Amino acid sequence: MASIEVNGKNLDVDEEGYLENLNDWVPEVATVMAKLDDTELTDAHWEVINFLREYYDEYQIAPAVRVLTKAIGKKLGKEKGNSKYLYELFPYGPGKQACKYAGLPKPTGCV
Amino acid sequence: MADFDIPELQEYTVVPKLKEGTMSHSSPFVSKEKFQSALGYPGELVENWEDKLLEKMDDLRGRYRSFQVFLDSCVKCGACTDKCHYYLGTKDPKNMPVARQDLLRKIYRRYRTFAGKFFGALGMPGFVGAADLNKEVLDDWYSYFHQCSQCRRCSVFCPYGIDTAEISMAAREIMDSIGVGQKYCNEIIMKAKTIGNNLGLPEPALADTLEGLEEEVEDDTGVAVKFPLDQKGADILLVTPSADFFAEPHVDGLIGYAKVFHEAGVSWTMSSYASEAANFGMFIGSYENMRTLSLRIRKAALELGVKRIVFGECGHAWRVAYSFLNTLAGPWDFLDQNYPIPQHICEFTYDLIQKDKLKFDKSENDHMTLTFHDSCNVARASRMGDKPGGQLDIPRAVIKAVCNNFVDMPPETIGESTYCCGGGGGLLTDDLMELRVKGAQPRMEAYKSVVENHGVTNIAAICAICKSQFTKVLPYYKFGMTDIVSVHQLVSEAIILTGSEDDVDSDDSNENESE
Repeated sequence: MASIEVNGKNLDVDEEGYLENLNDWVPEVATVMAKLDDTELTDAHWEVINFLREYYDEYQIAPAVRVLTKAIGKKLGKEKGNSKYLYELFPYGPGKQACKYAGLPKPTGCV
Repeated sequence: MADFDIPELQEYTVVPKLKEGTMSHSSPFVSKEKFQSALGYPGELVENWEDKLLEKMDDLRGRYRSFQVFLDSCVKCGACTDKCHYYLGTKDPKNMPVARQDLLRKIYRRYRTFAGKFFGALGMPGFVGAADLNKEVLDDWYSYFHQCSQCRRCSVFCPYGIDTAEISMAAREIMDSIGVGQKYCNEIIMKAKTIGNNLGLPEPALADTLEGLEEEVEDDTGVAVKFPLDQKGADILLVTPSADFFAEPHVDGLIGYAKVFHEAGVSWTMSSYASEAANFGMFIGSYENMRTLSLRIRKAALELGVKRIVFGECGHAWRVAYSFLNTLAGPWDFLDQNYPIPQHICEFTYDLIQKDKLKFDKSENDHMTLTFHDSCNVARASRMGDKPGGQLDIPRAVIKAVCNNFVDMPPETIGESTYCCGGGGGLLTDDLMELRVKGAQPRMEAYKSVVENHGVTNIAAICAICKSQFTKVLPYYKFGMTDIVSVHQLVSEAIILTGSEDDVDSDDSNENESE
């Protein structure tokens, strides 16, 4: 099984780089994963990542795109409450790339 | 952007020269033990798999007469060879429908026909189109039966009506039965079987999402359009792909259905238990899994006490619903027999349009010029309305009722000859991105022609897979990610809700028109 090294520990990830064990997540996981994608995480990224984790804690699933954009819009202003803004932050798609950094499982289905 | 070559779009689709093996490396992630066992399959390749494979093939030949006929009747005329979008996009001869079928047929011929047994025993099975079964053959199956989106375009052109989709479904069922499953499909089926939808969206999350949509629509229009969930005694159960709750532009379609139901004044509900229209059991050719998933809809309909079932915009779901639902989960004698069982949301909206019960401001969509992508399972495996071809005409009639600007793509690329989006049949997964991009080439060429010649700006669809696939692949071909829209998103934009500001502005003269 593949793994990534975070704080000197090897954490298991699946074929696509998602954490196998969700409890393994620490903030550095996101930083390490982002580095693998040549991305530097800013506060804007962290706003999204933190919201994803809060939502997942409550609902055991990643938020739907409208739930996410609405929450970000409320926090950061209406002009940022849309998927265009999220795609600028996470070019591989907020649902997938951001979920990965946040240690959530990959959304499945026709999405 | 990609670690493979993106095809260059031509003015029209050209049949490429063969290039052997261009896609032999393409193979989706293999399913895990926990997904396999949830579906009733072995967790890994079983011992004596060769015998088990033949046994399962015999089982399916006995169960499906069509499968047996398709194995026997190909005369190698070649009519199908240039009809598959994956062949056109990848140049790999094994993506010619006949070659794909022959991956399975050669095993059937070797072990189950006299000619194959005879020449096989002499060590020359190839002489009669047969081949010995070995691991290499199995690997080829896994690779190339996951390069078929089961779109059935080839079957339209086959003089014998051989349906490669059924062969590839059988091949996947056979592989599953010996422990070789595909991760994407089987993980999803497990979630749908245990949680109720492909996403794994539990009831509280679904309720929260729908509540958010109610707020959004009310903020937008001033009208309290409801998105009811698990409402006992409602007349209509809406079964829609879970992508409609989750993704864009799908969710804009869901908002459109809700507005139509609102204006129709009907009572309706969704179900958290049957919160999925999609039925991936079909993609893996598994009658048992298809049935288990369909029975959730029956149970929800009975428990909620609904009188009608309406399906949202989902291509293969509509095939399963229209063509198989009665066999899988019928009889539906407890539903109102005066309505189609089940009914497509496009039929529902079209009916209201015919009766002049909806008001539209078409100019709301004037910033777009639309074309329509016929989704394969709707176009080639179902019907809408009461006339042949209704599944092609009705969605277009709905679009034209709400948009001023509509242009069809070239005739050989739509209707029953429609090209697949490139992501159907259980292939909508990131590990098959190269295949998806290349397989989209013919559709992208057709789209390009209307973009360049007729100023088309957007492409509408009624399938969750098509919508997600286009969102992903359009940018590879330098089109906008948001060019793809839901048909009911267009309805949603144009519909005038009674009591909204638009309604008051536009319509003083038309009051009291209720029939």
